[in-house]
Amino acid sequence: MTGKLHILKSLKDGIRYDGRKLLDYRKISVEPNATSAEGSARVKIGKTEVMVGVKLAVEVPYPDTPEEGKLMVNTELRPMANPEFEMGPPGEKAIDIARIVDRGLRESKAIAPEKLCITAGEKVWSVMIDIVPLNDAGNLLDAAAIGALVALKNTRFPVIKEDGNIDWEAPLTDKKLELVKEPIEVTILKIGEFYIVDPILEEEELADTSITIAVSKDGLVYAMQKRGETPLSVDEIDKMVDIAIKKSAELRKLVG
Amino acid sequence: MKRTDGRTPEQMRPIKAEVGVIPNADGSAMFQAGNTIAYAAVYGPRELYPRFMQDPKKGVLRCVYNMMPFSGHGDRVRPGGSRRSKEISAVTESALSPVLDLSDYPNTVVDVFIELTQTDGGTRCAGITAAAMALADAGLKMKDLVSAMSMGMLDGEMVADINGTEDCVLGATDVPIAFIPTMDKISLLQLDGEISKEQLKKLLETGKQKCLEIYKVQQEALKKKYKVD
Repeated sequence: MTGKLHILKSLKDGIRYDGRKLLDYRKISVEPNATSAEGSARVKIGKTEVMVGVKLAVEVPYPDTPEEGKLMVNTELRPMANPEFEMGPPGEKAIDIARIVDRGLRESKAIAPEKLCITAGEKVWSVMIDIVPLNDAGNLLDAAAIGALVALKNTRFPVIKEDGNIDWEAPLTDKKLELVKEPIEVTILKIGEFYIVDPILEEEELADTSITIAVSKDGLVYAMQKRGETPLSVDEIDKMVDIAIKKSAELRKLVG
Repeated sequence: MKRTDGRTPEQMRPIKAEVGVIPNADGSAMFQAGNTIAYAAVYGPRELYPRFMQDPKKGVLRCVYNMMPFSGHGDRVRPGGSRRSKEISAVTESALSPVLDLSDYPNTVVDVFIELTQTDGGTRCAGITAAAMALADAGLKMKDLVSAMSMGMLDGEMVADINGTEDCVLGATDVPIAFIPTMDKISLLQLDGEISKEQLKKLLETGKQKCLEIYKVQQEALKKKYKVD
């Protein structure tokens, strides 16, 4: 545990493992339309790189919501991105990322569900978001959430043929998916008595606990997820929410 | 004959290569042919488990080909292996292993992970081309690079580097090949469609020439990463 002691000692001086201050992000770059999918984005945070793609399909709505479209978020942690990732069905970490991104979008009603209705009770758009990291150097979560938001903002509808199916040979239309809310997710880690954002892998391993918080432009919280075994007091949680609101405003500038 | 994307029959799509794109990997590369983009990452040599899979004489090459869920031209691709991706992974291994010398690394595995971010035909060839650069980037002992491309027959005429529309919509005969220049040998050969013996011979000879153009781009990309000023 000398590594932990060393990191803690330097956190006391306000310095991170890689020289950053406690609440600094690494350099972030966002590239919309990074693939040929209906919507997509490539987000780099330091050496972390995540691809997000949005595919659309025409489906039958759920019986209890005949006028609402569908939303699905999936994360694929492929062994290309990190040798720790294994082949096979999504594990705990992949599900954690997919679920918190899903809830941020769903609970804030980022996409107005009725806008995805084609024919009530018969046909609606299904929005499928896939998050695939190319390189994991820590903080996949915040990168995934930014990527999902940017990919959605740039999603264009395909042409529907007369038989009701999508015409994949035709170019996409200019009609964009409209977003009502734009939740930004910030993950705050607690190591000892210190709070940090945008962890590298070594910091992720050392964290006692972390919370991911989805915040809208007006500072409302739409989704949270605490992980790790160390419990938190209300004051500590309040501090972390403060950090999330402040940092989300910074990240929002990158989303455009 | 004019092709759907305006190319002449023997004209390839614009190609691009970059080495060292995945920082975590021991070797990595990206290869783009038109709208098809493949990433390859190499991890290893590292110990191979379960043990019974180990080869006491040399390291084992293991390739995995995967299309990202949003990479398809059309519907979302369901994640998880398919019969198609398993087959492509296997022929990719066969295409690359003739150039790779892993005799210095007994009982180990060299993993090659190929991921397609977007696809428009020729994906296995783009994957092999990227993987060859990634293996070289990993510093492994290699006799040569491998350069791959899909030749085809469209309306009775030979075409180079067929795209997704030509393959899936227009029903071109698809002949993906991988070429090892210094050996003058072909290490990947598949065919779907219809072709005469004479046409096939001509197509393979032309394919070799086309692969040499890819070979040059691969070499330049590697030199770019390891250039000493």
